[in-house]
Amino acid sequence: MAKKVLMKGNEVIAEAAIRAGCRHYFGYPITPQTEIMHYMAKRMVEVGGAFVQAESEVSAINMVYGAASAGARALTSSSSPGISLKQEGISYIAGAELPAVVVNIVRAGPGLGGIQTSQGDYFQATKGGGHGDYKNIVVAPASIQELYELTVEAFNLADRYRMLVMILGDGTLGQMMEPVLFRESEPTEDTDKSWALTGRGDRTEHNTVTSIYIEPDDLERKNNDLQIKYARVAEAETRYESTDVEDAEIVITSFGTCSRICKNVIRQAAELGIKVGMVRPITLWPFPSSEIARAASLPSVKAFLDVELNAGQMVEDVRLAVNGQKPVYFLGRMGGNMPTQKEILDRIVAIHDGEAK
Amino acid sequence: MAIVFDKTEGLLDKPFHYCPGCTHGIIHRIIAETMCEKGILNDTIGVSSVGCTYNNYEYFSCDMVQAAHGRAPAVATGVKRVHPDKFVFTYQGDGDLASIGAAEILHSAARGERITVFFVNNAIYGMTSGQMAPTTLLGQVTTTSPFGRDAALQGYPMNVSELLATLPGAVYIERVAMNNFKNIQTAKKAVAKAFAVQEKGLGFSLVEFLSTCPTNWGKEPVESLRWLESAMIPQYPLGVFKGKDLEV
Amino acid sequence: MIDFSVIIAGFGGQGILSAGKMAAEAALIEGHEVSWFPSYGPEMRGGTANCSVVISDAAIGSPVINDADVLIALNQPSLEKFEKQVKPGGILIVDSSLVKIKPTRSDIRFIPIQSSDIANELGNMAYATIVLLGCLSASTSCFRRSSFEAALYDVLPERRHHMIPANLDAFDKGASFA
Repeated sequence: MAKKVLMKGNEVIAEAAIRAGCRHYFGYPITPQTEIMHYMAKRMVEVGGAFVQAESEVSAINMVYGAASAGARALTSSSSPGISLKQEGISYIAGAELPAVVVNIVRAGPGLGGIQTSQGDYFQATKGGGHGDYKNIVVAPASIQELYELTVEAFNLADRYRMLVMILGDGTLGQMMEPVLFRESEPTEDTDKSWALTGRGDRTEHNTVTSIYIEPDDLERKNNDLQIKYARVAEAETRYESTDVEDAEIVITSFGTCSRICKNVIRQAAELGIKVGMVRPITLWPFPSSEIARAASLPSVKAFLDVELNAGQMVEDVRLAVNGQKPVYFLGRMGGNMPTQKEILDRIVAIHDGEAK
Repeated sequence: MAIVFDKTEGLLDKPFHYCPGCTHGIIHRIIAETMCEKGILNDTIGVSSVGCTYNNYEYFSCDMVQAAHGRAPAVATGVKRVHPDKFVFTYQGDGDLASIGAAEILHSAARGERITVFFVNNAIYGMTSGQMAPTTLLGQVTTTSPFGRDAALQGYPMNVSELLATLPGAVYIERVAMNNFKNIQTAKKAVAKAFAVQEKGLGFSLVEFLSTCPTNWGKEPVESLRWLESAMIPQYPLGVFKGKDLEV
Repeated sequence: MIDFSVIIAGFGGQGILSAGKMAAEAALIEGHEVSWFPSYGPEMRGGTANCSVVISDAAIGSPVINDADVLIALNQPSLEKFEKQVKPGGILIVDSSLVKIKPTRSDIRFIPIQSSDIANELGNMAYATIVLLGCLSASTSCFRRSSFEAALYDVLPERRHHMIPANLDAFDKGASFA
């Protein structure tokens, strides 16, 4: 029988990628995600794949661009400053509609910042990050088990929509160990990749992969097509966990490891007689706006509390979804710090008692 | 009447957009002809870069991918690692390869990546309208060195082939010129040899083509060919810098 | 219902991170929820290492510990740094072969064990952390001895299984201090 094993988040990402059929990894060292590279350096040899330590993050993402255009399931991983460097390639991947998976184990910024945990890259991940009008699917796991399952799913989503999927994990998730139960086999999909560059072979037409459309009408058409695709993704792939929202007085919104702390606060608040629910986005893009709007429309819900490891990023999307129906409060910690349960509970009590600012 | 000069299957039936007197078209043709002659057209994946040839994926009839400025060797690395049995080449200009893509070209050569790089050096940025390139000659007037390139202010021209030839991973490096028939014949042989090096899996290969840019040099086509010979070749001597005795 | 948070801290090379992982592995065998979180990066370069382990019957919130039920300190700086994080009524287990100062707190249980000396007598300094884990097991209900033994069989490669009796010997010596 399958047995839970204790593994580090970063290693689970690497193993999940291998299980999802990824045989091409390109990376550059940066804390706190480096164990992904270490694991891949060994495992890719065992499974007959390719591991390349690139000269820079810029090169690594462009190697992914090349491997993806050649039809492979390709992966790169980094942490915040490195992801900034990868934005060039990420925009090109979106423009050329290539499937690829990028991992960001987020550390605190701005600048070189620190190496402890953060969710400060929410804007960068969900609003584009690079130049032009594009979206990436962004998944935000909260546990090591979910990290494993979403990594496998990321490759499927990438292939299904020919899009870049970013796995956004805060530093804690990459570094921590937790039990994980691996499946016997992975639910991988076979998608049509007849567009890929394989050498013409018997094809009469050559395949090309490009992101350049010099004629304004062509480029506008391309952009319109992308927007139609993004709308389709939003319709089909928005994922979230909604807990006890129905009879809640206060609804917490939070993602990643931060949401785990909030979950424990919900239990503590219940002991004080305060009903708290939570909407935890699993996909940060597409964002579960409709579920948050629904919660906001419930008469029992008096207020929202958004908790993040940043100065207030996702809270902007929460406020757009709530659309003025109820007050939205924010609690954030930065620099690598995590809020304590007490900190969050105190705020819940203050909101409940009408004393919160 | 007998046809003595025909189109090559390696190129699609689309007119080039290059300026009169530019040698990109001839370079495209000899690469395309070589792929056909070697019978590798259907087993080759090319990488277009940024510059005047950004869209040469519309000309070459093999599979093609367009890369960001300077990143073609990284993209080619990704493609080659997926298809190690296919031929992979990049086509890059001097701004693309020697400036913004300096890290990518250096490290793909250092890794001995089994790709072929076609490097077209015309000592200037063409598409962005005539700025100074790393390869611009001392004294050469460009839109960003309007008083002529001054070593004290703008440093010295970069000899890419000589630089890369110092790396063990680079096994074949040759510089050729596109200024006359004889040199073009030599260039075509270099293209064939570079592909042969890749076929044998020996490592990184690069052919540097000295080319013209009449538009941005402000010279007539014929005068441009003369300037290539009189001004560029002294700075960029022709010959094999690595792999002279390599039998392929 | 159990819910324990343990900080293990000392010098790099003392096996701090592995000891934390062994505690988590043993608790996992008993079906508890577990998490393990290490110090990393430049924090490790000064020669100190620590990890946080949470063992619980409920879903674990933060793997990063603000208040610990137990602190296991294998050097003096670790005692000084983490003593204040022990919950009132919590336990402080110290390698008194290496830590010569006394704790300043009086609201916690203090268990000094000369674990490095014991490990030295057993012929392998790596047993120092095992001695301390024995005490952790016996002074709390984090995990049982049998689970620790089973975890050793899981974690150690077969060629090292001959070392398991000595590990258990060290474990039992530590347990006797609880």
